[in-house]
Amino acid sequence: MDTQQILINLAAILAGAAPLIFATMGETITERAGVVNLSLDGKMLLSAMTGFAVGVHTQNVLLGFVAAAGVGMLVALVLCFVSLGLRLSQTAVGFVLALLCTDLSSFLGNSYVRVPGVAVPAMPIPVLQDLPILGKILFQHDLLIYASFLLVPLVWWFLFRTRAGLTLRALGERPTTAYARGVPVLPLQLFYVLLGGALVGIAGAAYTLDLKQGWSYRHIAGTGWIALAIVIFGGWNPWRVAFGCYLFGALQIFATRSQNLLPNIPTQIFQVAPFALMILILVLVNAGSNPTLQRWIEQLPAPLSKPVQQVLARLNTAAPAALGQPFRRP
Amino acid sequence: MADKPTTEAVPEALPAPAALRALALPAAHLLTSAGIIIGGTLLFTTLVLLASGTSPLEAYRLILSGAFRNPRTIADLIMLTAPLLLCSAGLTLTFSAGLYNLGIEGQIVIGAVLAMVPLRLLPDLPPPMLWLLALSAGAIGGMLWALLVGVLRLSTNVNEIFAGLGLNFIAIGITLYLVFGPWKRPGVASMSGTEPLPEALWLPTLAGIRLAPLAPIIALIGMGVVWFALTRTHWGLEIRAAGLNLAAAERLGVPAHARLFQSLAGCGALAGLAGALQILAVYHALIPNISSGIGFLALLVVLLVRSNPVWVLPVAILFASFSIGSIQLPLQLGIDSSIAGVLQGTLVLFALIAQGVRGRG
Repeated sequence: MDTQQILINLAAILAGAAPLIFATMGETITERAGVVNLSLDGKMLLSAMTGFAVGVHTQNVLLGFVAAAGVGMLVALVLCFVSLGLRLSQTAVGFVLALLCTDLSSFLGNSYVRVPGVAVPAMPIPVLQDLPILGKILFQHDLLIYASFLLVPLVWWFLFRTRAGLTLRALGERPTTAYARGVPVLPLQLFYVLLGGALVGIAGAAYTLDLKQGWSYRHIAGTGWIALAIVIFGGWNPWRVAFGCYLFGALQIFATRSQNLLPNIPTQIFQVAPFALMILILVLVNAGSNPTLQRWIEQLPAPLSKPVQQVLARLNTAAPAALGQPFRRP
Repeated sequence: MADKPTTEAVPEALPAPAALRALALPAAHLLTSAGIIIGGTLLFTTLVLLASGTSPLEAYRLILSGAFRNPRTIADLIMLTAPLLLCSAGLTLTFSAGLYNLGIEGQIVIGAVLAMVPLRLLPDLPPPMLWLLALSAGAIGGMLWALLVGVLRLSTNVNEIFAGLGLNFIAIGITLYLVFGPWKRPGVASMSGTEPLPEALWLPTLAGIRLAPLAPIIALIGMGVVWFALTRTHWGLEIRAAGLNLAAAERLGVPAHARLFQSLAGCGALAGLAGALQILAVYHALIPNISSGIGFLALLVVLLVRSNPVWVLPVAILFASFSIGSIQLPLQLGIDSSIAGVLQGTLVLFALIAQGVRGRG
């Protein structure tokens, strides 16, 4: 592979992971506020379809994204009503919504399958795009992908460097304490779940209006579940979550490219590899808190066990303490 | 969520006598619930149908009556209800244990794959023996795939939802590999699956229709066994105790971790049995979509009946009739048959809402 090819691949990874960045940042905000939104997979399909359909009718990409964000917020609102308002299991409601939205997208999107639509126009940045190496990787994309670059530091800065971000994290860690200090817990949770829903909606439309440019039945099914797993892998930290997205994007690019390089290996292996990797990674991030695995590692020869332990300790993540537990006013 | 060492109690996992209590509820409460569920579902699906430009009355008529049109559709209904019942029965086990077994789709698939093994290797055995072998292989396959979820959940602390979902995709990958690789049709490999089994190996059907009586019989036995085990044995009580509070159950001397494993094993075995029936009695070949979404549909059934085995049968028949009834929609009204899924999902959503409203009142 020559340098040119490597640059093209790197650019493709950054672009391909952009929708995942939007989805995972949305879910990170949601879960930091103490709510699990398991409906991601169906919600992305429904907003992808809606965004595409609105784009077809209005011939306006921006309106497509607005509609997709609106659908994301609407589904999030239903989740909030049932899980925060009526205090039912977030897992159950999220799962039902995931299935319901998937079928809704198939039913309502019936007449939009494989019709031509609108797409986000490419927008190379003048001057910067001519930079050696970096220009090709970073500055020859479109507005949506530039936005995905900016979203990660923005979410990190908001969560860890602002007063409002501190309050947001308190919602997921110690909602009762936050309440005692005068934080309106439920309204704020509602706000952040809706915000997360909007970002997930944009992620769905990013596929139909940008990366895949078109709609067909269930064409991004599975992505939402991957996004949920990446949030856990990233330990609810925007930088690590973004790293997970790009890692996954790289794996996908590698899979499609190596299919040509290694024709003897059945293609199904590559289709399945990300999911096998997802399970493996979830095992690893939980390994630090797992006594059985710890005992195995201690039995390894000394020069090996130390570094392994250190790596696992760094990988280890802890969920927001009150994640998934509906808040009850004391 | 993934790091919590104990299993979260599933709030809807009511203790068994709930059926009696539900019957004894004041009539007003029942009416409110029924109003929310039926009214909400009708309102939402009618809006969806109107949005697609379809006459709602015509669509409802076809969905509700389509499954009962003639002996052929009734046979289809029974052949869909049978695996759905097996999976729903299995899921009442895992739900009672407080586990969301989203890996059930993969357990059906692996059950179907393993059921193919004796059918392909020993086609000369007498058919009844082969059926027994295939059904056992299916049950074992599903059980092993479910135990994988159990090991990931209980030994390495990976949330069972993500372990199960990941294993679903892997199971489908294995099927695709077999259908397009070692088990491909002579000549051309395609999504239509492996070479159909010789007709002598199909489960016998009633004259003229595709109804293999053995399938619903196995399903009813499976459901009966689960109902008995969950509500009438000490073992079932311990499963429910483990589901309500794992740590407390463990401290009281209940082998709670073993019970969680066993509930998963039981669910996996029943799902694998369903997969074997899909091979022996429905498709007569391994196809990529062998599970047909039955596992997820069973999850909806169980969320609706709240792990109360008594209601599994009527709800499973109702949901299966929606699915069969909607098959003719594309031909008759030119709309997609996924409206059945919309109807089923909406019904469960409003059932949850009704439960929440009742809980508050």
